[in-house]
Amino acid sequence: MNWQAFWLTLQLAATVSLLLVAIGIPIAYWLTYSRWRGKFLIEAVVALPIVLPPTVLGFYVLMALGSRSPLGRWWESLTGHTLAFTFEGLVIGSVIYSLPFAVQPFAAAFSGVDSRLLRASASLGQSPVQTFRRVVLPLAKAGLVTGFALSFAHTLGEFGVVLMVGGNIPGVTRTISIDIYDRVQAAQYSAANTTAFVLLIMSFVVLSIVYGLNRRPWAVGPWK
Amino acid sequence: MRRRFPNPEGAFDLNVHFRAKPGFTILFGASGAGKTTVLDCIVGLGNPEEGRISIGGEDLFDSEHELNVPAWKRRIGYVIQDLALFPHLTAEENVEYGLRALPAPERRARSSEILTAFRIEHLRARRPAQISGGERQRVALARTLVTEPRALLLDEPLAALDRPTRSRLLDDLREWNRAHRVPILYVTHSSEEVFALGEQVIVLEAGRIVAQGSPHEVMRAPRLETVAQLSGFENIFDATVTALHEDRGTMTCKMENGALELETPLVHAEAGTKLRVGIRAGDLLLATESPRGLSARNVLPGIIRRLEQRDVIVSATVDCGGTEFEVHLTLAARESLQLTVGKNVWVVVKTHSCHLMSE
Repeated sequence: MNWQAFWLTLQLAATVSLLLVAIGIPIAYWLTYSRWRGKFLIEAVVALPIVLPPTVLGFYVLMALGSRSPLGRWWESLTGHTLAFTFEGLVIGSVIYSLPFAVQPFAAAFSGVDSRLLRASASLGQSPVQTFRRVVLPLAKAGLVTGFALSFAHTLGEFGVVLMVGGNIPGVTRTISIDIYDRVQAAQYSAANTTAFVLLIMSFVVLSIVYGLNRRPWAVGPWK
Repeated sequence: MRRRFPNPEGAFDLNVHFRAKPGFTILFGASGAGKTTVLDCIVGLGNPEEGRISIGGEDLFDSEHELNVPAWKRRIGYVIQDLALFPHLTAEENVEYGLRALPAPERRARSSEILTAFRIEHLRARRPAQISGGERQRVALARTLVTEPRALLLDEPLAALDRPTRSRLLDDLREWNRAHRVPILYVTHSSEEVFALGEQVIVLEAGRIVAQGSPHEVMRAPRLETVAQLSGFENIFDATVTALHEDRGTMTCKMENGALELETPLVHAEAGTKLRVGIRAGDLLLATESPRGLSARNVLPGIIRRLEQRDVIVSATVDCGGTEFEVHLTLAARESLQLTVGKNVWVVVKTHSCHLMSE
């Protein structure tokens, strides 16, 4: 069992899913309430990572992070090294890769909040931002937990994007799934088996928590 | 205000102009007449294409000056029929929802005061799902009233309640309004509520105001068929004025089908004017012998065509020379008069039971 890869993967998944809560909520909010006609285009872009082969996504992310792209150059001038083949680069790739797994449950939960509650809130003198914080977020709690957990679990198991963007650097970009691939290539089947089993159990536990929580939407969570 | 609706289903343009004083103003009309749309525009949840909305001298909407104060800055209370209580908050938290800007002690004090006034203090810790319909209504009203709105809009807030609960709540509302003299716009299609509450009634039909005045003026002598049907006339006949008797304050009208003539109250009309006569089935009397010595001016011989029992009411259909009247009787009256189909009877119609409407 490669504990270094294990902790690295957990760190990556936690960072990515927390970032996705921060990025996903505004995007989902906009997708839910915007009346712009071209909204479907943005919806399609957000959903792209679900259908794109991870290698295609990884390839573009790698290009965007490289020292020939504006983003890559800006990062290099800031930190002195490139984004590609670093943990930060991996985080960026994974955020894009897992975006729909956060945004879609968030948006579904927001649009599930009865619009009459929003109207009542406005007539009680609450601005749209206050209404969102005091009515929409608490009522969309189950969807927020689902989105967080799905993006966490999805990041745990990613392979293609990691390999393209991060390569296979122990302690920096070698995640569990890369480690398993490595072991199998080296014919270390029993080590691969242990790691694969741990990943399977972890994914199962995360999803069980999600479905368990959604059965009792008021019972637990960050809001009372 | 004016508002156009592009969809062909609700094909009318809203166009209303009115002023509501402190106290109750009833918006009355059939569903789809535009009542809720008017309220939505006032509270700021929908916008008219053209027009001006102001409260206490402050403009909230003015299409000429492109002014549109957002709903949450208007300070107008709005309670709708399905209440929209926040399901994740307790009754007390719901009531305190609109008081966020106040310091906590004052917020507590204001909410306890109104919870007591609306007799719901024992429910403070419960969620909306755990309390009854009538109690939810009280929470919804308290939640809005506690914010001390500059005007109150109520869209059939009591429609789902039984009669005793409803009248107790109306008493509480009137009590509140005595202390807070703000305009209350109250949407209903129950004529009972119109009489119970209305200081002023505005009748809407297809987006236009077709009558306004006191409940008595608008409802007791309805000139409009909408009002007639809503306030429950079982008998509506097309008729033509044949003679005016200004000396006794009545006139004679001939019914369109049949040769029947009725003496009705005098209205501004002339011989030949076509109008409609509405008569409540409960206002008619039946006699089995030709009655004498009655004050009623219309005693019409007829024959019973049908007798139907509806709950505790007997509905008799009587044919008087080609004009059919629906007459409501008690079960006891049917027994003691031994009414049967085919029996000859006399229908007695008081002059002032005939309500006249323009066609």
